[in-house]
Amino acid sequence: MDVSGRTADGRAGPRTYAVTIDRPPAEVAPDGKLPEPVARLGPGVAVTVRPAPGGRGTELVAVLCEDEPGPLARLSARLVGEDRRAAVRIALRQAKQVAETGEVLR
Amino acid sequence: MKALCWQGPDRVAVERVPDPRIVNAQDVIVRVRQSMTCGSDLHLISGRFPDMQPGDVLGHEFVGEVVEVGSEVRRHAVGDRVVVCSVVACGRCWYCRQGLPSCCDNGNTNPEIAELAWSAVPAGCFGHSHALGGFAGSHAEYVRVPYADHGAFRVPDELSDDRAVFASDAAPAGWLGAELGDVRPGDVVAIWGCGAVGQLAARAAVLRGADRVICVDLVEDRLALAEREIGVETLHCARVDAGAELRERTGGRGADVCVEAVGMAPPRAGTRGGRLRHGADEPGGVREAVHACRKGGTVVVLGVFAGYVDGFPLGAVLHKGLTVRGARQHGQRHIPEVLDRMRRDELRPEYLATHRFSLDDGPRGYDLFRDRTEGCVRVVFTPDGR
Repeated sequence: MDVSGRTADGRAGPRTYAVTIDRPPAEVAPDGKLPEPVARLGPGVAVTVRPAPGGRGTELVAVLCEDEPGPLARLSARLVGEDRRAAVRIALRQAKQVAETGEVLR
Repeated sequence: MKALCWQGPDRVAVERVPDPRIVNAQDVIVRVRQSMTCGSDLHLISGRFPDMQPGDVLGHEFVGEVVEVGSEVRRHAVGDRVVVCSVVACGRCWYCRQGLPSCCDNGNTNPEIAELAWSAVPAGCFGHSHALGGFAGSHAEYVRVPYADHGAFRVPDELSDDRAVFASDAAPAGWLGAELGDVRPGDVVAIWGCGAVGQLAARAAVLRGADRVICVDLVEDRLALAEREIGVETLHCARVDAGAELRERTGGRGADVCVEAVGMAPPRAGTRGGRLRHGADEPGGVREAVHACRKGGTVVVLGVFAGYVDGFPLGAVLHKGLTVRGARQHGQRHIPEVLDRMRRDELRPEYLATHRFSLDDGPRGYDLFRDRTEGCVRVVFTPDGR
């Protein structure tokens, strides 16, 4: 689901996360309106909606516009429940589930 | 309610656990009538399959009665007698629509664990590792069934519970083995493992018109059962060199289709393991299948593996031009046909349920199942002991 991004000098840059939803773009983001779980992510996340090749639906791509933190910072964020990366992944997955099945499986 | 729970490696016990409830609008609650052991449970119980947690309810092959339905359930009502696919799948994602429900994108509530292990998220499974969602299993009085419109199937009135319970997992798994191998009339099919899945793969190969089916195992009782019930040839791999014997029986060509229905070797402790001659942590059946397959043939992996195996004969795969395929069963696609064939007596797998116990005797049932004593192939549990 995620694609690591590296800057030209080898640093970990902004990270891209993507999910393919088996529904047409007009259904996933009607009139450009992002699905609710993704819209809730707020600023700092750039989201692109594009058709998937071969009629496989819609690719929802989110870029977290901040450099990748180091391992300690990530662990710390996770422990206090503020891991933005996890939040993006969960939001994409929930958007997909809602679009495809109508609910988020618990 | 009472349920048979995993407590830690090699420890299972009947515990009191909370009754399941409707969590999602597409759920139903099923009162379990019969729930059956599966060889993959042994990997969970031993702790070899990762991400089990103490208190997890085991069991994934079951038949029961719907007692509660969620507000978005359309195909089921209270009172329906249903067999439930062991695979939890949504029925509407791309993979489900391709007929690959065990690859479903939306049936697993723990995608992070699965991605780490397999670089992708497969469908969920009842009574299994948290890598497959951690859904409570069916060795219990009641079980919650998500995506019920897609995973629960009404059992025809004329089918007994004893037969229908095999439609949950073992029969569609066997059916998949023959399908993935593209078994055709005239084929010679070799099958490693004479447990329920192996025998049902053998039966499926017969129904698809295979000319000869040869089952390989080292448990005498199981080989005798396969000969008697399915009419297949057998090889006792502790007494003969199965590879050499298969070459001989196929005029030097090798089998057209080789189906591996063994999976990870059983735990090392004591003498529990050893269904086939290769030791623990080796893909014994797969390796033999690769070597025994004819050039250009197909090897099907049905047995459950958790992660990595060593000693895989990749050179033989390349130089013999083999096709190697594998999958967890796709029951959402196969169960309707399996039930229909059961109804027509073409599939009569109930002979494989060699032992029946009350759920209260679950630990004893698993001891018997693990040790394969008393001719045990499968154990069926009933919550009320009847």
